[in-house]
Amino acid sequence: MENFSEKFINNFITDDRWVYLFEGLKTTFVITFFALIIGVVLGFVVAVIRTSADKTGKLKIPNAICKLYLTIVRGTPVMIQLLIIYYVIFTSPNVSKVFVAVIAFGINSGAYVAEIVRSGINSIDSGQFEAGRSLGLSYLETFRFIIIPQAFKNVLPALGNESISLLKETSISGYIGLMDLTKGGDIIRSRTYEAFMPLIAVALIYLVIVMLLSAGISRLERRLHAGER
Amino acid sequence: MPVNVNSDIVFKVENIEKFFGKNKVLDRVSMDIHKGEVMVIIGPSGSGKSTFLRCLNRLEETSAGTILFEGVDITDSRNDINKLRCKIGMVFQQFNLFPHMTVLKNITLAPMRLLKLSASEAEERAMKLLRKIGLEDKADSYPNKLSGGQKQRIAIVRALAMEPEVMLFDEPTSALDPEMVGEVLEVMKDLAREGMTMVVVTHEMGFAREVADNVSFMDNGLILETGSPAEIFSNPQNDKTRKFLNSVL
Repeated sequence: MENFSEKFINNFITDDRWVYLFEGLKTTFVITFFALIIGVVLGFVVAVIRTSADKTGKLKIPNAICKLYLTIVRGTPVMIQLLIIYYVIFTSPNVSKVFVAVIAFGINSGAYVAEIVRSGINSIDSGQFEAGRSLGLSYLETFRFIIIPQAFKNVLPALGNESISLLKETSISGYIGLMDLTKGGDIIRSRTYEAFMPLIAVALIYLVIVMLLSAGISRLERRLHAGER
Repeated sequence: MPVNVNSDIVFKVENIEKFFGKNKVLDRVSMDIHKGEVMVIIGPSGSGKSTFLRCLNRLEETSAGTILFEGVDITDSRNDINKLRCKIGMVFQQFNLFPHMTVLKNITLAPMRLLKLSASEAEERAMKLLRKIGLEDKADSYPNKLSGGQKQRIAIVRALAMEPEVMLFDEPTSALDPEMVGEVLEVMKDLAREGMTMVVVTHEMGFAREVADNVSFMDNGLILETGSPAEIFSNPQNDKTRKFLNSVL
């Protein structure tokens, strides 16, 4: 026990080393949050284009672009995508690394969200669509007021899983020199030459956040279904 | 001869054809529907009567022919179909209420979006209609809390809230438990009495006999016979009509 507290002090208290974890966690949050927003927006747009193209046979070119995007993003590792976006696309050293990470993870997440949302849209009975159209609502209005709200509810658990995956995937941000939570733990390890404390601490922090996220999502789910089921 | 209720023609359908793949489901179908007329279309399953009805508001695209609604061609993609649909109410076999909205929201959505009614105007209109069918206490319920009969009556109200010129009914009682059929037919009868123009696809021969001004018999994508209920039910001219009526009555 003596040993444990000594190690704890050495890894986290001495030289304010906990700040590495704290600052890293902030970066992890920022990347995850904004990447998720990009991912959800991109995912919904791609899903609506894909399902509209399947349904009406129109939008051939946008649909082809969406398919290409899905194939590339889902067919290559997210780490390679991050490195390409940082080293190949944004070659300027002045560009913010957090910005690069947000873009990379957002584009990556968008592809997975698109497929989740597409399955959600396809799960809605076509009668719902017809009822909306028969009232005089336009194609897009029907999507906006009738289809998307129901699809969103159906895919909320899957979107929750996607946000959890995204949070954990951002742990590779260190590869472009970003100090996220994982990298923060690494720095402590390089200072103290101890692996156990910093790595377990990082793992526990991820775990707690994921558990909080899950709890938040199930609450949201219950609220969205309130009165209806 | 079909009974001419009023000379104003709401729908003038001329020689429409419809294919599903190579399968011809509508074969040069023509029909006039006059203002205030209740037209009931009967026929065996797969005869094309639902498809015909769905062509009237372009939920199905026709392959040939024209459908004039108040003089405007529904089948012409240059005409704004959304504007036209605002005046053509439709009721479905499966009700298709929006499950994520309360009954009130179901009814007020389209009038607010499309007729630009204020929330209070739309709600007033909705409550008036709900009171008429005795379901004003369900305004804040979600559809899954309702019986099939209640759902269908509310679906009718939802279409009526747009104050349409004509109402299309696609087998409105076929998905209902027998004890709920009556309450839905009652609402439809009231509507007919008030002079609403109605096109009804149904298997309810009692309704057809009692309420219809004209009855059309369809088989294999063709209209074989049209006439007053008395003519069709008591003295059918076509062999297939006779056979069909014998099997269902």
